[in-house]
Amino acid sequence: MAETTLFELVSPERLFFSEPVEMVVVPGTEGDFAALPHRAPLLATVRPGVIVIFAAGKPKERIFVAGGFAEVTEKACTVLAEEAALVSDLSPAAAEKRFDAANIAYQASLDGDDETMLRAENELLIAQAMVAAAKGDLAYH
Amino acid sequence: MPSLKDLRLRITSVKSTKKITSAMKMVSAAKLRRAQEAAESARPYAERMNRMMCNLAAGLGEDAAAPRLMTGNGKDQVHLIVLFTSDRGLCGAFNASVTRSVRAKVRELTEAGKTVKFFTVGRKGRDLLRTEFGHDIIEGRQHLGRKGVAFAEGDEIAKTLIEMFEDGVFDVCWGVYNRFQSAMTQVVTWQQVIPFASAEPAPAADADEDEAAAVPPADPYDYEPSQEEILKALAPRNMSVQMFRFLLESQASEHGARMTAMDNATRNAGDMIDDLTLTYNRTRQSVITSELIEIISGAEAV
Repeated sequence: MAETTLFELVSPERLFFSEPVEMVVVPGTEGDFAALPHRAPLLATVRPGVIVIFAAGKPKERIFVAGGFAEVTEKACTVLAEEAALVSDLSPAAAEKRFDAANIAYQASLDGDDETMLRAENELLIAQAMVAAAKGDLAYH
Repeated sequence: MPSLKDLRLRITSVKSTKKITSAMKMVSAAKLRRAQEAAESARPYAERMNRMMCNLAAGLGEDAAAPRLMTGNGKDQVHLIVLFTSDRGLCGAFNASVTRSVRAKVRELTEAGKTVKFFTVGRKGRDLLRTEFGHDIIEGRQHLGRKGVAFAEGDEIAKTLIEMFEDGVFDVCWGVYNRFQSAMTQVVTWQQVIPFASAEPAPAADADEDEAAAVPPADPYDYEPSQEEILKALAPRNMSVQMFRFLLESQASEHGARMTAMDNATRNAGDMIDDLTLTYNRTRQSVITSELIEIISGAEAV
């Protein structure tokens, strides 16, 4: 078996995933990056999107995250996600609903103060990524 | 010597107290299970966040660009103590142990010539400190976590703290809470929140046993985006997570403490009922004896 790196995904509520993996691709704010064993240490912010775990060169598991932080060291990759769910557990209908709600909230917040607008915008981006993830829109991520 | 009727009344009243305490014990046990699960499942996130912050702070060096939440504002005059207590009593020494520890800390700080202010979370903390430090309690929260602690509640406290810090209300911020160990033991724990204390990580981080991820890398980190950007996002997030975690731990501890206290109370009530019943029977016996003596001596006299 190929060399592995420990991948941990934690959400505020629980330890979501913790297993040695061969490679994991994380959607960083400034572009996706892959964490392999012996990767140079990296700290990055994560955008809402899908984390892909690879085994034997093929995608094995897809996990949706709503943004957060990632820390990569030689032996481990830790992602602190604000929210996490298996892509297979997402329902396109629920994601669409959330997107519509977020869109309405965003439109309403445009006249409000900056902070509420930023929060609404963030929620909109999360919902957008969720819809894409739920529909398996691979071009997006 | 109490009369038979008095004794009977006492026994009934102790019995109903016992019913209440044992019901409270059951309720706390049920709530404890939920709170404990929540607290324990939130630990990994907080621990890893803490570790990430430590690694970041270690890699920071003398860089002046770090946010003030990490480095403090260079002063050490006004200390803010955020204490986490419960809203309700009947939970043994739960609240008293926090306030006792706070008093000791205040003494230590005032002796060093510092000013101390308070942010109370939970009604009891405020009640217990009001007589002594009434003016210095600058903020308070109550009725948090009625239906399980929500992340938003921790987030709100953190936002308030950050705002106050930026307005220069205080220089150093401490959190003090009961850390949940088991239903029997809760440990009063102090954690410096602002500036971020990398020298002494939370006790939780020590207990962290997973090997690979805990080792800080030998090489410096790459940052994506820049280090400042990450810190700017991570530092407030870390505050929220910490507050959330304090709330969770405190709540689990509260239910644990109440369960233990009520268990003791129930047992004491049981003992008391036994004692009273014994006295009651003895008294009854002696009343019967003395009545018999009266009858017999009356009959003899005829």
